[in-house]
Formats: sequence, structure tokens, C-alpha cells
Amino acid sequence: MKQCDLVIVGGGPAGLAAAIAAKKNGINDILIVERDEKLGGILNQCIHNGFGLHTFHEELTGPEYAYRFIQMAEELEIPYMTGSMVLDITPEKKLTVINRTEGVMEIQAKSVILAMGCRERPRGALNIPGYRPMGIYSAGTAQRLVNVDGFLPGKEVVILGSGDIGLIMARRMTLEGAKVKVVAELMPYSGGLKRNIVQCLDDFGIPLKLSHTVVEIKGKQKLEGVTLARVDEHNRPIPGTEEYYACDTLLLSCGLIPENELSREMGIAMNPVTNGPVVDESLETSIPGVFVCGNVLHVHDLVDFVSEEAAVAGRNAADYIRGNMEEKKSQGIPVETEGGIRYSVPSVVEPERMHEPVKVRFRVGNVYTNCYISLYLDDIRIQRKKRQIVTPGEMEEMVLKKEFFQEYGRPEKIRIVLEQAKQDDREVNGNE
Amino acid sequence: MSNRILTCIGCPMGCTLQVEMDGQIVKSVTGNTCKRGDTYARKEVTDPTRIVTTTVRLKNGGVVSVKTKEDIPKGKILECVKELKQLVVEGPVKIGQVVLENTAGTGIPVVATSFSK
Repeated sequence: MKQCDLVIVGGGPAGLAAAIAAKKNGINDILIVERDEKLGGILNQCIHNGFGLHTFHEELTGPEYAYRFIQMAEELEIPYMTGSMVLDITPEKKLTVINRTEGVMEIQAKSVILAMGCRERPRGALNIPGYRPMGIYSAGTAQRLVNVDGFLPGKEVVILGSGDIGLIMARRMTLEGAKVKVVAELMPYSGGLKRNIVQCLDDFGIPLKLSHTVVEIKGKQKLEGVTLARVDEHNRPIPGTEEYYACDTLLLSCGLIPENELSREMGIAMNPVTNGPVVDESLETSIPGVFVCGNVLHVHDLVDFVSEEAAVAGRNAADYIRGNMEEKKSQGIPVETEGGIRYSVPSVVEPERMHEPVKVRFRVGNVYTNCYISLYLDDIRIQRKKRQIVTPGEMEEMVLKKEFFQEYGRPEKIRIVLEQAKQDDREVNGNE
Repeated sequence: MSNRILTCIGCPMGCTLQVEMDGQIVKSVTGNTCKRGDTYARKEVTDPTRIVTTTVRLKNGGVVSVKTKEDIPKGKILECVKELKQLVVEGPVKIGQVVLENTAGTGIPVVATSFSK
């Protein structure tokens, strides 16, 4: 059986950055396993610009951002295998991999980094009533058809969901000559970036209907049209508000789900809120030596943060392989979230294993204005940040430093709390 | 005097900005919560620009992704895209390669953002 120090599952932005960091930290025996025909992952189909502002201080398109990392990986001579799929990983880190040329092979790894990314929520998970005609695509499928394969899926389009991919595709389909009639969003706010609402919808006069959903799909073989209706505060359609839109294409941009089939089969402990593995400060899962990063851990909005997070996983995997990682002596300190914050990654922290400050990333479950995000060790407030607004679409972060624990001692729990600021408290965003 | 209403893209607040104009001169910006809103509004009403990203056809089939090397006036987006729709380039195309010297009379070139076969 082939032996390998570090196997990285997935050659997208997370897998590439993790591999580069591991290599720079002294690990030479690395293998990236990528399912697609080339490295780069989903970035290859994200041909719009806006990537890399944090990492490279310039605005790149998706393929350009991916290429920077592919180039680095090639310069570092990191081995990779494309067109290859990992079918199974055992808790002992034995991987079963399949491809067209070598068939099925087994690889025993010392450490594994999971970087499989995420998948779009499909129609079947959305409970849209009506027939199942052709012409209904997830926004990302349409993106691949248009940008990589060069096919326009339809001419008259309705988009359900105002996530960033849906907004980007509204502009993309318009530029390709399709008529995008409307974008409907179930929630009373959009999950997409303001910049995308302005530059993808407003620039082209495409209406955004908040608190609306699809209640009927017309067409047996081919999609003929959809009916939208307004929803009430419980997301139930309001009778009498129905509007019919004739269309040949319905794009769905209704959320992303981390792709964790392999992790679950390995028996890794999962976080039901993120649908990703439970991780500690080292981004290590419940199985020692198995690390995770990127959208398979939790869905990100910015690739820059994926790359940064993946580099942490890569460095820690290198430490693990070289025997430089302290064994877990305790369960670690739980990170609890309060006041509307839905989750945090990591959700447990062992200060003794912290070699660098740990970025705790989290999301809120609703839109909140004029508030503070505070970090507590038990009941002692260590830090707070003012926010004019926090929204579910924008990930927030707090930095945990080892000094906090040296100064205040080991707490029972670390708490990240969203707190309302006083009405007249109008200072601008910033740290305190 | 005329008024323009914009949504600020500086942060998720998305402040609704009212811009009072006298011809091409900005008289006032209101509705913004911070300075970024003011800066954005002044640029957006006097000189709105965008980087355009799309694909161009390859002679042997398929497409390659491209972008305008710099941002071009917002009013030129559709002309630029129309021009690029007519264009057929011969592969293999390299990332960064110029596929069109001057788009929509802006003097700005269009470059490939990926590799093609």
C-alpha cells in the first residue's frame, strides 16, 4: 500500500493553501487528491472579479486567484492527482481513491486534511410544489454551463434566492443576452453582498423581491413559468399575492451545504449548525491527525479567509506529522455563542496547544444594527467591537490570544456575545 | 438641480444616499452614515466605472474567461460585451494574454483570466 505523510482531499482554494503551508513547514511527502480535471475548485467557474483583496491587495477574478495558488504549489513541487476521487477514509487514515487510469488504490496517510468544499442546496431540499420539468438549475450549475462549457441554459430567467451566486448569475445571464425577470428572496433581507445587489441587479434594472418565494412551477416537459407569492413572517405564502412569470429557466441560489459524506463515514463529530466537523483551535477534528478547512468546515463568503484558515490547518498538520503537537490532555474550553450568534469555528479551544493567535469566526442568525460583539472569559469581558450592522451574510471574527489565558487564568468557557448598544451610542465601527 | 438616489456598497448597512446635483456638480450627499458613503456617491454619480468580466469563444470550440484590464465607464458595459460576443480567438490562450486591444473605444484592453486548450 502507498504511504504518504499528508493527503489533502480537494484541490480548491482550501486544499491548495493547506498544501502550500504544510510544505513550507517542512512536509515534503504530500498528495492533493482532486475530483475535477484541474486544480482550483469552484474558483474556475467564478469568472467575476472581487477575489483576493485581503490576500493580494488587488481585485482578481476567480481563475486568476486560483492560478496564484496553483503556481505556488507547482513551484513548491507539491504532488497532486486530478480526475481522482476519494471514496472512503478510515479512522486510521487509510484512503481509498479511484481514477480512470490507475483504478482503485489505497493510501495510508499519517495526517489528512479535509478540503472538499460545499454543494448547493438542491430543489429537492426546498419543497417547491409543482412538476419537475427541465429548465431548473442550481445557480452554480448554470454558472459552470455558461462560464466553463459555454452554453446559455435559457433566455427568460427567474432566480429564487439572493445569495451571491444568484446575484452574480443574474448579471452573467443578462450579459449573455438572457432576460432576467426577477430575483425572489424568501427572507426579508438578501444574503448577498450589497456590492452585488447594486452591481448585478440595480445596474441592469433587475427587480429584487424580498419576502417572496416560488409557489408553483408550470410546465410538464419544459419549464413554462413560475408563480411567486409574498410570504408572511412565518414564511408562509399569503393568498392573493400570487404573480405569474413566464420563463424557461429557474435558477436556485438557496444556500450551500458543506460536503461531508467522507467525514461522516469516518465517524468525525459534526456540528449540526454548520453541517461541518467540530474542530478545536488547531482545526483538528475529533480524530487526531485529521484537520479540516474551507467550505467543508463552514461556508465562507470570502475566499481570502478560506486561504488563511487552510494555511492554519496546513501548519498544524505539519506539526502533527513531525510530532510537535501537544496531545490533548483535556476536552478543551468550550466556545459558547450568545445573543443571536449562531455558531463559532472553532467551538473548543485548548490554550496549551495555541502556537499563534486563534481567529474565532462566526455568523449571526439575523440582521442586527447598532451593537457590540464581545469576547468574555467566563464573566470577564476581554474585548468588544462596535458594529453598525451585522448580517447573516457576513462572517465576523474575534482573535483569541494566549496572553488572555495567562492574564485571566483558565476559564470554564469562552463566550462570544452579541450585545445591543445604547440608542445614543453612535461611535463608528471599531475595536475597543 | 436634480436628485439621484443610490445604495452605498461600502458595507452591509447599504445606506440610501441622496445626491443633489447641479448639472455635473455634486451639491450635497445625504443619508450616509460614514465618509465612505460620501466618497462612493461622488464617484458613482460623476464617473461610475466597472471591470467587465465575460467569456469569448474559441475557434476550436469552448470559451475562455476574460476581463477588461481596468475598469471602464459603466455606460460602455453593454457595448464591450457585444464586441466580445463577436470575437473568436484562436487557442491556446494564456492567462493575461490580450484578446482585444481596445474595447468600446475606451483604450482599455481585454485580457484572458484563465488558460484555454
